[in-house]
Amino acid sequence: MSESAARPGQARYVAPLEETPLRAIDAVVIDAAPESQWREAWKRLRRSPLFWLATAIIVVIMVAIFFPTLFTNADPQDGDLDRQFAPAGEGHPFGYTFLGYDVWARTVYGARASVAVGVLTTIVATLLGMVTGAVAGFYGGWVDTLVSRFSDIFFSIPLLLACLVVIAVINNLYPQRGFWGSVLVVVMALSLFAWPQITRQMRGAVLEVKNLEFVDAATAIGASRLVNLRRHIVPNALAPVIVTATILLGTFIVAETSLSFLGLGLPSNVASWGNDLSGATNQVRSGTHLTVMWVPATALAVTVLGFILLGEAVREALDPKARKS
Amino acid sequence: MTETPLLKITDLHVGFRGEKKKILPAVDGASLTIYPGQTVAIVGESGSGKSTLAHSVIGLLPGAGVVTGGTIEFEGQDIAHAKKDDILALRGSSIGLVPQDPMSNLNPLWKVGFQIKEALVANGVAEGKEADRRVVELLEEAGLPDAERRARQYPHEFSGGMRQRALIAMGLAARPKLLIADEPTSALDVTVQKQILDHLDMLTDDLGIAVMLITHDLGLAAERADHLVVMYRGKVVESGPALEILREPEHPYTQRLVSKAPSIASQRLSSQRARAEVREQAVQTAGEIAAEVAQSNVVLGEGADDIVVAENLTKIFQLRGARPWQKVDFPAVDDVSFRLKRGTTTAIVGESGSGKSTVARMVLGLLPITSGRVLFDGVDVKDLTSKKDRLRFRRQLQPVFQNPYASLDPLYSIYQSIEEPLRTHDIGSKKEREAKVRDLLDKVALPTTVMSRFPAELSGGQRQRVAIARALALDPEVVICDEAVSALDVLVQAQILELLNDLQAELGLSYLFITHDLAVVRQIADDVLVMQNGKVVEHSSVSQVFDEPREAYTRRLLDAIPGGTISLGS
Repeated sequence: MSESAARPGQARYVAPLEETPLRAIDAVVIDAAPESQWREAWKRLRRSPLFWLATAIIVVIMVAIFFPTLFTNADPQDGDLDRQFAPAGEGHPFGYTFLGYDVWARTVYGARASVAVGVLTTIVATLLGMVTGAVAGFYGGWVDTLVSRFSDIFFSIPLLLACLVVIAVINNLYPQRGFWGSVLVVVMALSLFAWPQITRQMRGAVLEVKNLEFVDAATAIGASRLVNLRRHIVPNALAPVIVTATILLGTFIVAETSLSFLGLGLPSNVASWGNDLSGATNQVRSGTHLTVMWVPATALAVTVLGFILLGEAVREALDPKARKS
Repeated sequence: MTETPLLKITDLHVGFRGEKKKILPAVDGASLTIYPGQTVAIVGESGSGKSTLAHSVIGLLPGAGVVTGGTIEFEGQDIAHAKKDDILALRGSSIGLVPQDPMSNLNPLWKVGFQIKEALVANGVAEGKEADRRVVELLEEAGLPDAERRARQYPHEFSGGMRQRALIAMGLAARPKLLIADEPTSALDVTVQKQILDHLDMLTDDLGIAVMLITHDLGLAAERADHLVVMYRGKVVESGPALEILREPEHPYTQRLVSKAPSIASQRLSSQRARAEVREQAVQTAGEIAAEVAQSNVVLGEGADDIVVAENLTKIFQLRGARPWQKVDFPAVDDVSFRLKRGTTTAIVGESGSGKSTVARMVLGLLPITSGRVLFDGVDVKDLTSKKDRLRFRRQLQPVFQNPYASLDPLYSIYQSIEEPLRTHDIGSKKEREAKVRDLLDKVALPTTVMSRFPAELSGGQRQRVAIARALALDPEVVICDEAVSALDVLVQAQILELLNDLQAELGLSYLFITHDLAVVRQIADDVLVMQNGKVVEHSSVSQVFDEPREAYTRRLLDAIPGGTISLGS
């Protein structure tokens, strides 16, 4: 390297200091309020139009569940064959069914059973899946093999078919049940075969988190394995599970409807969308009085859409790629 | 001097579209010139805009990036505002790129040869059989032995260094006039880095290709380039002949860089004198602590001179064999012994896969020991079976890990993170714990306002400070730093090393310092253990290892320190 005269454009250049004054090395620059990961996710959620659309749908449904009288004054259990397929009238916007029930009232009251099954099944299946998944992922070895193979078995059985069998058996053993009794049976049957999805998700997330250095750091501090699992691993593995659970909620509502449609979900005396749709099959065949089908079907579709949109919005908000780091 | 520049960047402004369409500047009025066949290095810390500058030359700015002003002339033609097709025509054929991360820049689904052939076909250099022949030639040229077989292999069969060679072959496939090398070796071991850079130098010299070398390492830049461009906060703060800048840096930022770059700083006598002072003070403080420990029944240990002793440590991992029922023994650590004296630092140096981190994890009790033993202050760690004893051991031995992004729980606030060890050991009331956290933050020179923050809001260096504060919360006697400064920018790294030195002098700490970077060893360590393939190849004092290395491997490591051979006078 000879130090000959510099070529044009490559002469020694030193920028004046005023132009880029030196900053302290690695100075702390914090201008916003402190943000936990959850709070940040909430901030992103709030900015998402998808979230607000989903929330609006779900709020309307929740109001219908807790205050059905705000939507209709008719009694969903009041059937009168004299009113068979009677046309719409004042206070009865969609007319009557084959058995003389008010279509709109049935649909409004039907939300309760469908959403109750969806929410309760999600809670039970998620808890089951979280515990089994966390145990499998954290302990590994034969515990993992046992849990994983066991969940594989349940995973391989078609959800609806298995539920049909389980519900049929329980129906034979305990034929008489009230509203909550019936809901509970459907919830149990669905949860029994739905938990492996959450287990897999949780197991994967736990496996990923448990090898991160902060877990080792906590061990080196003297935290026991269980404390580590509870304090550090599970909370950090939660995000993907929440997303799956929210999306599953919609599918559980559909599953309940399908079961009731097939006559094995909620008993026919319970107002539910599946039962209403089941009752409407004749109209589909004959092509007359189709509002009997359209109204509960639309309610079902909108409800499921609401929960799936919510899941999508939550997924976007919790997406690790969107996180700042 | 009628030569025309190959690349001339004039007053370039590049920004990123942020929220609400506001443009955040990344490169702010940068100018530089590259002549044909010349190597020009752009040096700067992360966030200085050096990569953005390079990517704007080849039209590969990420989606939100826009050139907002200035010109980029390549052979007299402005490409900053050229049409997409024109840049596409230049890419590969006239301007080649060697990307930063060899691990993610080859498609794992295609054979390496096929991917290089793609570059040949896309640039219309060769086709069919002819291209296949060329691929083998290119790989040979890039220094891959047995190129014909290698071309038929998949990326996962290649080591990091081999992948980078393949990427160099790809970048040079169409014989470009300019090669942009974006931190081409920062993900590789030092010895591999040296080999690859030597080879790249030779190739580009032979072929007369100009190189734009992007690096954070001033020593490396000065060793490889004729002309240096120093960037800071999006601006060029100093440029000129490499040696001149290194010897007489004029801009205060360059001065800082030159004084702190580990490869250069470690040569200085002043840094060795400073280390000797630290050591003297630390040993004295540690001696006082040892005397107390010897008296006390509460604290674990006997107050021995050697606070950590590893005897014949061995770790054998069982890997899967060729058949499902077969197991292959893999000795990750093979018969390693050392003694860590109170108040001193022992560094364990080695390349990736040398087993150095495995040693650290065994000493920390995070990994079961296959054979051999670890004595902590005269007590065999294996005998610590009661929960009380284990907790006492934990209090006195704490780790600081490598990855500042993974070593703190992202859901814990900084306060919670530092308080956790105190809470786990039931130390003090809530008020006392808070006072202790404040005191610890003060020790690592962080303002107490960070207490309510979360890790994602802090820089890598700041997180590492928090990790150090957490490690010190229990007043340990030994801190094990596993590559604790490796992921940090040079200046931040120097700052953390200084902090570690200060804390050692003040608190009489003993460090076990795991690193792949021999350059930093001189600034912090007293004894060095050089490891290769799980074995200790050399074990002696720092000055001996640097001045009269006995083993060839150690010498190779020393030679590979970039810029290590540049003489600076004082």
